[in-house]
Amino acid sequence: MSDTAHETGGAGPSHRGVEAGVAVVVGAFGIITVLGSLKVGIGWADDGPMAGFFPFYIGLAIIIASVVNLYNVLAAPNDGSVFATWEQIYKVLTVVVPTAVYVTIIPFVGIYVASALLIGLFMLWLGKYKPQAAIPVAIGVPIFFFITFERWFLVPLPKGPLEQMLGLAVG
Amino acid sequence: MFEDIGNLMHGFAVVVQPHNLLLMVVGIVLGVIVGVLPGLGGANGVAILLPLTFSMSPTSAIIMLSCIYWGALFGGAITSILFNIPGEPWSVATTFDGYPMAQQGKAGEALTAAFTSSFVGALFAVIMITLVAPLVASFALRFGPAEIFSVYFLAFCSFVGLSKEPPFKTIAAMMIGFALGAVGLDQMTGQLRLTFGSETLIGGFDFLIAVIGLFGIGEILLTMEEGLSFRGKSAKIDLKVVLKTWKELPKYWMLSLRSCLIGCWMGISPAGATPASFMSYGIAKRISKRGKNFGKGEIEGVVAPETAAHAAGTAALLPMLALGVPGSPTAAVLLGGLLIWGLQPGPLLFVEQTDFVWGLIASMYMGNIVGLIVVLTCVPLFAAILRIPFSVIAPIILVLCAIGAYTVHNNTFDVVMMLVFGVVGYFMKKANYPLAPLVLAIVLGDKAEVSLRQALLGSQGNLGVFFSNGLVGSVMTLGLIALFWPIIQNGWARIRGSSPEARAAE
Amino acid sequence: MSVTKSLFTIGTAALASGLIMLSAAPAKAWEPSHPIEIIVPAGTGGGADQMARTMQGIITKHNLTKQPVVVVNKSGGAGGEGFLDVKNSKGNDHKLIITLSNLFTTPLATGIPFSWKDMTPVAMMALDEFILWVNADKPYKTTKDFVAAIKAAPDNTFKMGGTGSKQEDQIITVALQKATGKKMIYIPQSGGGAVAVQLVGGHVDSTVNNPIEAVAHWRAGKLRPLCVFDSKKLDYNEKIQGDLTWNSIPTCKSEGLDVEYLMLRGYFMPPGVSKEAVAYYVEMFKKVRETPEWKKLMSDGAFNTTFMVGDEYAKWVAENEKIHESLMKEAGFLASKSN
Repeated sequence: MSDTAHETGGAGPSHRGVEAGVAVVVGAFGIITVLGSLKVGIGWADDGPMAGFFPFYIGLAIIIASVVNLYNVLAAPNDGSVFATWEQIYKVLTVVVPTAVYVTIIPFVGIYVASALLIGLFMLWLGKYKPQAAIPVAIGVPIFFFITFERWFLVPLPKGPLEQMLGLAVG
Repeated sequence: MFEDIGNLMHGFAVVVQPHNLLLMVVGIVLGVIVGVLPGLGGANGVAILLPLTFSMSPTSAIIMLSCIYWGALFGGAITSILFNIPGEPWSVATTFDGYPMAQQGKAGEALTAAFTSSFVGALFAVIMITLVAPLVASFALRFGPAEIFSVYFLAFCSFVGLSKEPPFKTIAAMMIGFALGAVGLDQMTGQLRLTFGSETLIGGFDFLIAVIGLFGIGEILLTMEEGLSFRGKSAKIDLKVVLKTWKELPKYWMLSLRSCLIGCWMGISPAGATPASFMSYGIAKRISKRGKNFGKGEIEGVVAPETAAHAAGTAALLPMLALGVPGSPTAAVLLGGLLIWGLQPGPLLFVEQTDFVWGLIASMYMGNIVGLIVVLTCVPLFAAILRIPFSVIAPIILVLCAIGAYTVHNNTFDVVMMLVFGVVGYFMKKANYPLAPLVLAIVLGDKAEVSLRQALLGSQGNLGVFFSNGLVGSVMTLGLIALFWPIIQNGWARIRGSSPEARAAE
Repeated sequence: MSVTKSLFTIGTAALASGLIMLSAAPAKAWEPSHPIEIIVPAGTGGGADQMARTMQGIITKHNLTKQPVVVVNKSGGAGGEGFLDVKNSKGNDHKLIITLSNLFTTPLATGIPFSWKDMTPVAMMALDEFILWVNADKPYKTTKDFVAAIKAAPDNTFKMGGTGSKQEDQIITVALQKATGKKMIYIPQSGGGAVAVQLVGGHVDSTVNNPIEAVAHWRAGKLRPLCVFDSKKLDYNEKIQGDLTWNSIPTCKSEGLDVEYLMLRGYFMPPGVSKEAVAYYVEMFKKVRETPEWKKLMSDGAFNTTFMVGDEYAKWVAENEKIHESLMKEAGFLASKSN
């Protein structure tokens, strides 16, 4: 994928820096695993290995692997390649940010209303669709899911004040 | 034996009655819908329709319910290939080559290959069930903790060392998978671990949430980065693609046969379809001449896991009926259905309820044929989904992913985790960490750990238990051979006098 | 534009039907106004799941309530996930949870914060029995043979298979160890069906499976029941294997093993639900108990069919909680405060 960044030739964070960052985050995850394992015991009890026995060594392996990875990144000469151009990162964020808002509001407004907002926003903002095209899709798709999940398959999904008001919510 | 064939013919007579055929089509279509929508899953589909079947005869009911099961198995491949979202653990391996094929505009070929392979795998397994049912049940009984661990060990060994990524990144990815799989309740001690006092973590990380995030959301982010389009949308799609692909498939008969055997074996052992699909993919990659192209859209990489998964999924119904142990949540719900109709799964079901058993086996034959016809006619329809503009389909996929993540544990926190996995997947993929070993470790890691510890508990810490009888010993040896295969290959090449470099250059 | 228009029509129609539903709520007795959710704090296919799904089937088939019944599995953290969900759904009249012994064992063993006092007791549907099983190929014909063999061998010779860790099966195992004075190797499995198959395959020496989990293998002559962990024999007289019935199995106490254990199969609701709703579900469960399907399930699984509601039920639960607390304390199964 980094080839694409090469070709477009735009500016952006260096591949080297991001890779080092990933290695550090992975290493931190390993440390958390080791700490969590120590809490529940990493030795042998009389009924076999304790709960933390395997996770402890798994955590150690993660730490060692990311130290090697970090060393490999830092030891290699900086080839100046970028991880992604700022423009590409902006594009990725245009998905990540709305989705983050989406998953945050699901517990409060329910999945159907949140989905309608997400689809509508996406089509209007990123797809540059006209409202008369975007709004029916944005409302129709959640209604379709509602009928499929709640009515046919009886799978309750999160619902909010709107469904309460309409008397459609389980709880 | 002849009596059995007579019974089977009688079973066919029952199954081809018009109303049963109709129930079959209804079941398959419902199953495909259930398989396509992540989070519904076969278990839900069967559970929900179970009450509807109380007014039918047990045979009609089981025909419809098992067809939902087949339909869901077929349907699982669709989202794996089109959107890189595997709905079931055994569809994960299908994404490795299926999704790249779709990106290259070969979605029709990939879907046809997947459906046809599923059918071949299932058919092979049904024939095996018909011929050797009693033997199979006693074989399944030989699997204790040590034997089950050996099977997981073989699955891991036939898969590691496969990726092109740097070895320490592969190790890191796989270990992260193991660590995530360990979160939650430790089955062996009944203790919570790695939850850090959080109530939302007590259920652990389900593989589905990780996979929907890493593969599904991660893929949308990568697509977004490269501009707003699914690359496959220009593909020409009509039913001819089915015939074209069929012409190509017979070439891979050896691969199919091997995958069928792996699948049946895994299905009978309690390990099930997931290790079967990974193992079959791993072995195909090692043996195939085009092994180096695996992961870039090789049709063999779709055929191998799909064949094995379906052979296993079908073969797993046998231990369920004969021993009463379900191989999957879907099978568990089917089992519950049997009890409600007053059929007691167990060794005597085959003796006391011949009508029912042979009706079921006949419906396995018919259901798969009907299923294949239904899904193949829909290939152009499924492939046409890729023509929908990205800015319309992307949010709908995001919604589907969220629904799928929520329904795993009915927990909104999982939806947040799904997005976190998505962002992590994006970074890992760009930083050249392989995701497949991570997913394999989440899916099978905790199961492997549990059977390892059960075995060691039983033997009081003696490792000899893994070589204590012919069965476990030979599976472990196979695993070791698979693990050291590259070294063995090199050594063999040296003995024959040609250096590995020379061979690679050929 | 016509699409938009028809969608608006659907919208208004949905709104209208919503209003009708609201106004149709009768004043006389409480009725569920939307789907009823049954939480199963265990995985699909287990005993609790089977019972909940059978009841779902019975309720649907006999039309015992106007609203659909939905079964949802929340098995994470040994069922803690399901119990926490109910605890946090205060005042939800449409949510029920079926319990097994993890109602008592999970909070004690894991420290997950919930207790039956956080919920509203509805009804005890039945009690599940436990039976000591051995492989039929083994020479142990009676409990006395088996106990003698255990006593004659060194510690950690005999393997006991069971469901989960620090739950009912292991509690019984610890009680057996106390009675025989010898340690057994307890091997936890993920589900009761798998436990029975491990015994048939000879990978463990004994199990304490519930009747319904092992009956098929008994009928096929693969397993042998030695004794039942109850104060009296089971009251079912249909022949199962040869001339043997559930009633032919002696109690463990009469065989010299003084261990008794029964598991609750009952329902609870979230805290703060209305009395009328509880009364409604009690009536519904009473109707369930009258159906032939329920009676069949009870006799197939040799359940103890005790039915309790209200204060009697709450009192039973309170007593059982105490029993579990002391059993688990004795066995050293209580959660350490560290996690």
